[in-house]
Amino acid sequence: MLAKRIIPCLDVKDAMTVKGTNFVNFREAGDPVTLGEFYSRQGADELVYLDITASYEGRNTFTDLVKRIAARIDIPFTVGGGIHSLADVDRLLSAGADKVSLNSAALKNPQIIEEVTKNFGSQVCVIAIDANFEDGKWVCYLNGGRVATHRTLFEWAAEAADRGAGEILFTSIAHDGTHDGYACEALRELHRLLPIPVIASGGAGTMAHFKEVFLEGEADAALAAGVFHFGEIAIPALKQYLSGYGIPIRI
Amino acid sequence: MKVAVIKYNAGNIYSVVCALRRLGIDPVVSDSPEVLLQADKVLFPGVGEASSAMRYLREHDLDRVIVNLTQPVLAICIGLQLLCSHSEEGSADCLGVFDTPVRRFVPHDGKEKIPHMGWNTLHNLRGPLFRGVEEGSYVYFVHSYYALVMDDCVAQCDYITPFSAALNKGNFYATQFHVEKSGAVGARILENFLAL
Repeated sequence: MLAKRIIPCLDVKDAMTVKGTNFVNFREAGDPVTLGEFYSRQGADELVYLDITASYEGRNTFTDLVKRIAARIDIPFTVGGGIHSLADVDRLLSAGADKVSLNSAALKNPQIIEEVTKNFGSQVCVIAIDANFEDGKWVCYLNGGRVATHRTLFEWAAEAADRGAGEILFTSIAHDGTHDGYACEALRELHRLLPIPVIASGGAGTMAHFKEVFLEGEADAALAAGVFHFGEIAIPALKQYLSGYGIPIRI
Repeated sequence: MKVAVIKYNAGNIYSVVCALRRLGIDPVVSDSPEVLLQADKVLFPGVGEASSAMRYLREHDLDRVIVNLTQPVLAICIGLQLLCSHSEEGSADCLGVFDTPVRRFVPHDGKEKIPHMGWNTLHNLRGPLFRGVEEGSYVYFVHSYYALVMDDCVAQCDYITPFSAALNKGNFYATQFHVEKSGAVGARILENFLAL
């Protein structure tokens, strides 16, 4: 049976993992490759590496990092952050990434989804959507949640899927970082609406939140950062817990 | 041991090279018939579209080279599909090593998502490729087309319908899942292949 996926997300700046960790035994906790390997051994089903480097030079550093990740990590990984063109996608896939995550670039130029999927297939193309619930609708945001757009979550997600996106990664801005649980209602609506898998992001605080996002939100995968990085939730314990509720999980 | 990876117009070949390197093998990536014929083991990986991949193989005369290989060959993902008789993807006549058509997944009730993407379980395992691999082990799949269950099936998976997760006929081995992305289980299967 197809398993629900648990996906740790690592923010990377200048080839170092940004968010601190509580893994005191780790001499290289800041090394994204070492941290990724750790999660992989713990049972993570996929990894997401998000490049938050601002500078142009940083891009090359990140590409080198992607090559080192590909050499060592034996589970699928997605890279995102600062991908604006087909050339960026080509560069990162050639460096060994399995998937790329597009956010602002796709909102500004939806055509890029067709370009990516025509050249590399739907399965490489993850469309990340940051949205906030305001005045009765889910407003999509650009630039890491800083700039509101006129697009809304459900119609944009449906369009992205129509254009060939392989997955939707939905982050609820209001839930992100709160540790109060995922935006399950919106996730269930996305699941009902879309013919492609949905990755839930934003709000994980307890193991029960993961249970809810799979059973109530019907998400195909759950992404989290802080709870894993700070050791609040260990992946093996989380997977045992979810499995105990009959949720199909790779153990 | 000389290991060759077939170079053609399909993506994701670098991941297979990395997986081999993790096992201490430095493969050569080549489309040269001489190099492929002289290798001890040949890998035929890739992610791509069937009809354009077949067109490329024919244009480069690789279709005849591949079917005439006598050493152990491991095809992965679209490699498996290209070794079958025909694919619905682009209505492509394929290499015909395995006598089964390749079909597109059709959702039962519109709820199942296509592609079949993620970790799924292997069943009815047999043969040397799965030595030391337990029934029900999880491996990583990404595909929209599948080979039917047939006599050469050495591992089965179920998504919407039962399908061939792995095939074996003579020196030809093939996995629909990505051994190079399937963690420790995938590494074990790749090691088993290299030990043939």
